[in-house]
Amino acid sequence: MADLSSDFLGIKSPNPFWLASAPPTDKAYNVVRAFEAGWGGVVWKTLGEAGPPIVNVNGPRYGAIWGADRRLLGLNNIELIIDRTLEVNLREIKQVKRDWPDRAMIVSLMVPCEEQAWKAILPLVEETGADGIELNFGCPHGMSERGMGAAVGQVPEYIEMVARWCKQNTRMPVIVKLTPNITDIRYPARAAKKGGADAVSLINTISSIIGVDLDDFSPQPSIDGKGSHGGYCGPAVKPIALNMVAEIARDAETRGMPISGIGGVTTWRDAAEFLALGAGNVQVCTAAMTYGFKIVQEMISGLSQYLDHHDMALSDLIGRAVPNVTDWQYLNLNYVTKARIDQDACIKCGRCYAACEDTSHQAISMSPERVFEVMDDECVACNLCVNVCPVDNCITMERMPAGAVDPRTGSVVTDVPADWTTHPNNPAARTAAE
Amino acid sequence: MTNSPFTPGIVPARLDGRVLQENFADLHAPLDAHEALVAADRCYFCHDAPCITACPTTIDIPLFIRQIATGTPEAAAKTIFDQNILGGMCARVCPTETLCEQACVREAAEGKPVEIGRLQRYATDRVMAAGVHPFSRAPQTGKRVAVVGAGPAGLACAHRLAMKGHEIDLFDARPKGGGLNEYGIATYKATDGFAGAELDWLMQIGGITLHTGRALGRDLSLDGLCADYDAVFLGMGLGGVNALRAAGEDRSGVLDAVDFIADLRQADDLARLPVGRNVVVIGGGMTAIDAAVQSKLLGAESVTVLYRRDRAAMPASRYEQDLAASKGVRFVFNAMPIAILGNGAVTGVTVEYTRAEGKSLIGTGETFDIPADQILKAIGQTLATTPEELNITGGKIAVTGPGRTSRKGVWAGGDCAAGGEDLTVTAVAEGRDAAEDMHDRLMG
Repeated sequence: MADLSSDFLGIKSPNPFWLASAPPTDKAYNVVRAFEAGWGGVVWKTLGEAGPPIVNVNGPRYGAIWGADRRLLGLNNIELIIDRTLEVNLREIKQVKRDWPDRAMIVSLMVPCEEQAWKAILPLVEETGADGIELNFGCPHGMSERGMGAAVGQVPEYIEMVARWCKQNTRMPVIVKLTPNITDIRYPARAAKKGGADAVSLINTISSIIGVDLDDFSPQPSIDGKGSHGGYCGPAVKPIALNMVAEIARDAETRGMPISGIGGVTTWRDAAEFLALGAGNVQVCTAAMTYGFKIVQEMISGLSQYLDHHDMALSDLIGRAVPNVTDWQYLNLNYVTKARIDQDACIKCGRCYAACEDTSHQAISMSPERVFEVMDDECVACNLCVNVCPVDNCITMERMPAGAVDPRTGSVVTDVPADWTTHPNNPAARTAAE
Repeated sequence: MTNSPFTPGIVPARLDGRVLQENFADLHAPLDAHEALVAADRCYFCHDAPCITACPTTIDIPLFIRQIATGTPEAAAKTIFDQNILGGMCARVCPTETLCEQACVREAAEGKPVEIGRLQRYATDRVMAAGVHPFSRAPQTGKRVAVVGAGPAGLACAHRLAMKGHEIDLFDARPKGGGLNEYGIATYKATDGFAGAELDWLMQIGGITLHTGRALGRDLSLDGLCADYDAVFLGMGLGGVNALRAAGEDRSGVLDAVDFIADLRQADDLARLPVGRNVVVIGGGMTAIDAAVQSKLLGAESVTVLYRRDRAAMPASRYEQDLAASKGVRFVFNAMPIAILGNGAVTGVTVEYTRAEGKSLIGTGETFDIPADQILKAIGQTLATTPEELNITGGKIAVTGPGRTSRKGVWAGGDCAAGGEDLTVTAVAEGRDAAEDMHDRLMG
């Protein structure tokens, strides 16, 4: 059993699976049960400044999209930050941290964009013995209308400023949680770094309308016939999150800055992908909200088995795929593949044919006996047939060996890589040395 | 309950009324809305789908399943009815395991086809339960057509012709329309008077007048029909039954399985239906299976199906055989009856084993007796009357193309016509296609 012990910014936890700041972490009762189930740490649901507690809607706060058999694929929410008093939360945080000293306890914070507000809350949090803070610059709904959450996260200068205030006013590690509702994730990440933040966590939820009721024309979830955009999360957002994590991991200015990966982590495999793309640990919410706290046990056993199988330590996995993330212009244009259909595995559904014939390159033939074959002279290796085939491994992409002639182009395949930067069609191509 | 499975002879009420009711309830419970979505989601929406090719009525199965999956079962039902107006009954009685579901690529992939039959029932039930008839008649053409036989072929033909604006007189020899749907299907496949309800629903198209108790050769003549109508369709099925050609066939307790099944279908009270203690069913088709299973469900102590060839040759599918076996029916293969035993009433049957020699079967000489107080013959049916001036082939009305008989102006389809399997769905396809051809001729 691989050792999954995690050290993130010096914060120790028995595994790299933390519960993200969200409804599952809004009170001691839940957090204790999460720790009992095996979660390595939690980010306590976002606290606001002292005063009257936040008010939530009293109608539905969540909406969902589903796949087959009503499997939840995406969730959106219009819930605001914590709705119990600051004092009660701080007391519970202190108690839980005292009872569970080996688990990571991070406190998420969101107060107005004034130094005084941050100066006021930081000592109170520090007093609980919490391991760190996470600045909620991400929530896209509700609080952003009041100048907080994503309203801060969308302005790099604000991120830098608040991060700096926090670093100046607490000894606790500072994690900046980033909103994906921006055009280029690298700018807010760089700002966090400039402000002195110890790490970034991402992604927060994506602004979304989950659906519209086609009978009463209310956006979902419906509050008395009206709806407002919410924050989207769950398995459907993972590819967006993976890209943003990788962008920060490979950016020259932020490379090496610790990242806590968030966004649709549902299984150990999702977690491993975030780690490979540079996340030091992961945070989970929707999967726990869908299946309960017990899922962490599969994450632990799965990641452990994977590491054992590959004879890797957890630290070997982190960032392992980052060097392979590159720009399109550096992709090897001499890498030539063709689709291959395993006729024994083929169940003759013809989806590859329909996809290729109707929407791609007309490179699959169909016989009267429903035998589907790739025409190499037309196949551009787009991979759509692989993607739509319902049978795992029935269609694969096979590399053409060097020396073979690509029947589509008539060119001899070479094993010498070449990319767009040197391609003759590229007006900006560097001239090869004579 | 006055009797038990062990009571000798042919007696009613071998089982408690409540047990009988359970025994004859829906064989496959209908899918509920969520089950239908899950089942529909398994469809791969194949290109040029093999299931469509396998369906005798060529229903666009992937399309109707996708319509269910997207929450529009009414549109799904329209897709089905466009091709098969008796899609509701076919959803219940089609041997899908040898048709669409056998062709389903998921059958090849994992041995678990998409549940096409149950999905079809889900869609068609919803529309029929709502009383919606999604077709309307074209302007009247003034043409009059006689359709003989109100079974699947005749109904499909009549509906299609009525839709095109023709005026239909639909004749049937029995007191009710529906044909084998009403009189010939196992009770647990068409519960709650479905055949009658479907007939009423179909008639909503208008322009069809049903005349029951009118048989061809008795009350109607083909010459008369040809004189009175612009076109004639014959879909009266096979009213006769084959003889057993075994000694003692006339003993009491020997019954045609089709009559036994018809009595069951028309029974108001299953507890009043008599059944033997030891029943032997002779034959290997669906009629044999339906009769055997229902005998068992009525409370017979032992039910044996006697089939003269081997299991692989049996016309009833393996699925149907297994269904029967699960109800406690015993199969004896490669065996033929040579004598019905008894003195007045049946007491048993002497059976001889067979073996195939080339295309023919011969007895091996080895015999044994099976005790029986009731014997149900299910060895095939024949044309009851041979309509005048029609060519006959293999005991059925010869047809070319879409059901054209040798007589101009007369079409035929369903079991009485040559070609195609004797299935409800095949009959529907033949009736429909004949109607299209008749329409072209009438309007051409």
